[in-house]
Amino acid sequence: MITHDILVVGGGLAGLSAVLSSDPRLSLAVISRVHPLRSHSVAAQGGINAALGNTAQGKDDNWEKHAFDTIKGSDYLADQASAELMCREAIQAIFELEHFGVPFNRSPAGLIAQRPFGGAGFPRTCFAADRTGLVIAHTLFEQALKRQTKVYEEALVTELIVENGRCVGVVIYDLASGQILPIRARAVIFATGGYGRVYLRTTNAYINHGSGIGMAYRAGVALKDMEFVQYHPTSIYPTNILITEAARGEGGHLINNKGQRFMAEYAPSAMELAPRDIVARAIQTEVDKGNGFEDEYVHLDLRHLGQKKIDKRLPSVREICLKFGGIDPVETPIPIQPAQHYSMGGVDVDVRCATSLPGFYAAGECACVSVHGANRLGGNSLLDTIVFGKIAGREASNFVQGLERKDGNEKSMLAEAAAEKAKVDAWLGRPGGKMAHHLLHDLKIVMSGKVGIFRTRKQLEEALEAIREIREDYGRAFISGKCLRYSQAVVNLIEFGYMVDLTEVITLGALLREETRGSHYRLDFPKRNDAAWLKHTLLSLRDGKPEVAYRDVQITKYQPQERKY
Amino acid sequence: MKYTFRILRFDPGVDQSPCFEDFVYETEEKKSLLEALMDIRNDQDCSLSFRYSCREAVCGSCGMVINGQFDLACRTMIESLNTSLIVIEPLPNLDIQKDLIVDMEPFWQALLAVEPYLFAGETEPGNGYRMEDRQIEKIDQFVNCIMCGCCYGACPVVARDERYLGPAALAKLYRFVKDPRDERGTKRWSRVNTETGAWGCDTVFKCNEVCPRKVRPADGIEGLRRSLILGKVQSVFKRGR
Repeated sequence: MITHDILVVGGGLAGLSAVLSSDPRLSLAVISRVHPLRSHSVAAQGGINAALGNTAQGKDDNWEKHAFDTIKGSDYLADQASAELMCREAIQAIFELEHFGVPFNRSPAGLIAQRPFGGAGFPRTCFAADRTGLVIAHTLFEQALKRQTKVYEEALVTELIVENGRCVGVVIYDLASGQILPIRARAVIFATGGYGRVYLRTTNAYINHGSGIGMAYRAGVALKDMEFVQYHPTSIYPTNILITEAARGEGGHLINNKGQRFMAEYAPSAMELAPRDIVARAIQTEVDKGNGFEDEYVHLDLRHLGQKKIDKRLPSVREICLKFGGIDPVETPIPIQPAQHYSMGGVDVDVRCATSLPGFYAAGECACVSVHGANRLGGNSLLDTIVFGKIAGREASNFVQGLERKDGNEKSMLAEAAAEKAKVDAWLGRPGGKMAHHLLHDLKIVMSGKVGIFRTRKQLEEALEAIREIREDYGRAFISGKCLRYSQAVVNLIEFGYMVDLTEVITLGALLREETRGSHYRLDFPKRNDAAWLKHTLLSLRDGKPEVAYRDVQITKYQPQERKY
Repeated sequence: MKYTFRILRFDPGVDQSPCFEDFVYETEEKKSLLEALMDIRNDQDCSLSFRYSCREAVCGSCGMVINGQFDLACRTMIESLNTSLIVIEPLPNLDIQKDLIVDMEPFWQALLAVEPYLFAGETEPGNGYRMEDRQIEKIDQFVNCIMCGCCYGACPVVARDERYLGPAALAKLYRFVKDPRDERGTKRWSRVNTETGAWGCDTVFKCNEVCPRKVRPADGIEGLRRSLILGKVQSVFKRGR
C-alpha cells in the first residue's frame, strides 16, 4: 500500500505552503483532484495584505493596525490572538514570497508596491497587477518542484480513514485509472478550499465543491461558523466571474441607474472601499429597490482611470470584460452583481491548524482558525493560506516525529476503500434515478434562493427541509454508462454527499444565530447582539445528526464597538 | 441556434484508434465552448472527458483545438466561431489519455529540465529586495503564462522531435534569467545551448500566435539566444586578454 508520513490534500496556496514548511526528511506527498496549477488559488486577483508601510500614505502602518482592521472587519467574531498572529507573521511571509521569486509590483522607491483595499486603514495590499494568486501559486509550485515533491494529481480524496481515534490516511479515486484505493499516512493536512459551487451564483471555479470540509465533518470533526458566507460585491453579470476589489482600490466607482455613487448612503467615509459585506448588501439593496439595471446589476465604472492605468494595474479585469462580457471597461461601465465568493467558516482548527482528530490538520479556506470571523477583508485570504499553510506543515511534521503508535491497519484500510467502491458500483448499476448534475442544480437553487445575502427564519427553515429532501434523492443517484476512468459523474456524486451535509450545516448555523453580524444578515434580527452571540458556532455530526455547541470569542485588547465606515 | 459538435473520441484501452463523434447541440443562450461541452456531457454522454476548472482563462486546464485553432474552451464563445459545425480535438504532440484529455507529462518534464525556480543569492529572505517596476515589467509577459500547453501542442519542432523542450519551458527559463534576483549564472542555464534547447526553435512563431495569454514565448527563446551569443563573445574576449 502507498504510504507516506504526511499527505497534503490540495495543491493550492495553503497546500503548497504546507509542503514548503514541512520537514524535508519526511516522506510527503500532495494529493490533488487537479494538477496543482489548476487550483482555484490562481484566480485570486487583487493581492495579499501585510503592514509593510511602503507607501507615503501608509508609513504609519503596523501589524497591530492590520490586526485591528481585520478584527473590526470580522465584526468582532475573529479570535483576536489568531488575527494578531497572522498580521504579525504577514511581513516576513511577504519577504519570503519575494525571496521565492514572486514578481510583486514595485513602488517608485523600488520597494514592494501596496494598494488600498476595502476595510483597511492604509494601502496595505501587495500585488502583482491583478494576477497575484496566479504568480504566487506558480512560484510556490516552482519551489515545490525544486524540493522534488511527490504529487498525485487528478486524484480525488473520498474520505478520511480514522483508526482508534487517530487519522491514519485517506481513500482516493484516481481519475486516470478509475481505481479507488487507500493511501496510508501518519498525518493528513487538508487544504481543500471552499464550497462556492453549492451556490448558483459564485466566483469560484467548477472544482470548488467543498467536499473536504464535508469529509472532516463526517469524520467527527466540528465545523465552525459555517453560516458566514462571503458574497463578493463585484462579479461580472451574468457569468459571475470575479472583478477584483482592486478595481475599486485603484479608484473605480459603483453607480446605480440614477447615476449616483450610492455608497455615499451606506458607508459615507469609506465609500466603495467599505468591507465586502457592507458593499454587497448595498448593491443588493439598490437592485431590490429598483435602482439597478434589468433588476439584476449595477455599474462599476472604471472609465475615469484611463486606459493606461487599467492596462498596467488591471489587465486581467480588462481581458475578462472583453472576453466574457463583450465590453471594454475603458469605454463602458462593467455590469456587476454580488456572488458567493468565500467561506469564513470551515473545519474547526486551533492556531496550530490542529483539529480535534489527532493527525488531522487543516489550513486555508477549508479551515476556520478563526481570523476572518463574520466577514473577511480583501487581501487577507491569500495571507491566511500562506501563514497557516506554513504552520500546518510545521505542526504536522512535529506530530509525525513525536508519534510512537503504529500505522494504520492495511486490512481495514482496504476494506474502507472497498466500501467506497461498492457505493460507486451501486450508482453505476442502477437502471435509472437522479443524475449528479440534476441533484447539484436542485441544491444550488435552494442555497441561492433561501440562504443568500438576506435571511429570514422562514426561508432558512424551508431550506433545511428542502436540503433533507435532496438527501433522500441522493439515495436514488445513478450514473449512465460504465466507464470509471476520468468520470466527472463519479467525482460529482462522491462530492455531492458531502455538499448536502455542509449546506445543512451552513443553513442550520444561520437559523440558530438570531442576530446580524458581518455577512450573516437576518432581516428578522437586524442588529448585532454581543450579549448573546459573541461566540463561535460549532456543529458536529453525532449519531447521524448535527449537534450544536458554542465557544466564546477570544478577546485580547480590541473591545467590540459599533462598526462604522 | 443548432450546432453540430464533432468531437475526437478515444479511450486507449478500448478503442483501436481515435474517431470523431457528432453531437447535436441547441442553445438560445450565449455559451462558452466549455459550457456547451458540459451540457453535452450531462445530457447526452456522461463518458465524454475533458479537463476544466476556473472557467476564466487562468487555470490552463482546457486548452484544445477548436475548428483548427488552439484556444481555451472556457474563453471561446460558440457564437463567435460563426459556424454551426464545431470540430474539437485534443492538443497535438501529446498522447491522448481519454477524449480531450492528453498526457501532459512530457510538457512538465521539459519544464523541470530548465530548473524553473528562482536561484536567490541569499539563502534566507532578508527585508526585501530593491527593484524597480521597469525591471519587473521585463518579465511581465512571461509570468502571465498559465502552462496550458497550447504552445507545446502547436509547436512544429516538438511535433518532429520530442526531445525539444518547447516554447513554455524555454520562456519560463528566460523569465528567471531576466529576473534581477536570480543568480543562477550563465554557466548553469547554458545547458539549453543545444538543438533540443534554445537553438531548436524554427522561428515560425506558432507559439506566439496560439498563446491565449499573449505571452509570446518566442520572445523568450530569442532572448536566450541573444544572451548565449553575448556570453560566448564575452568569454572569447576574456580568453583573448
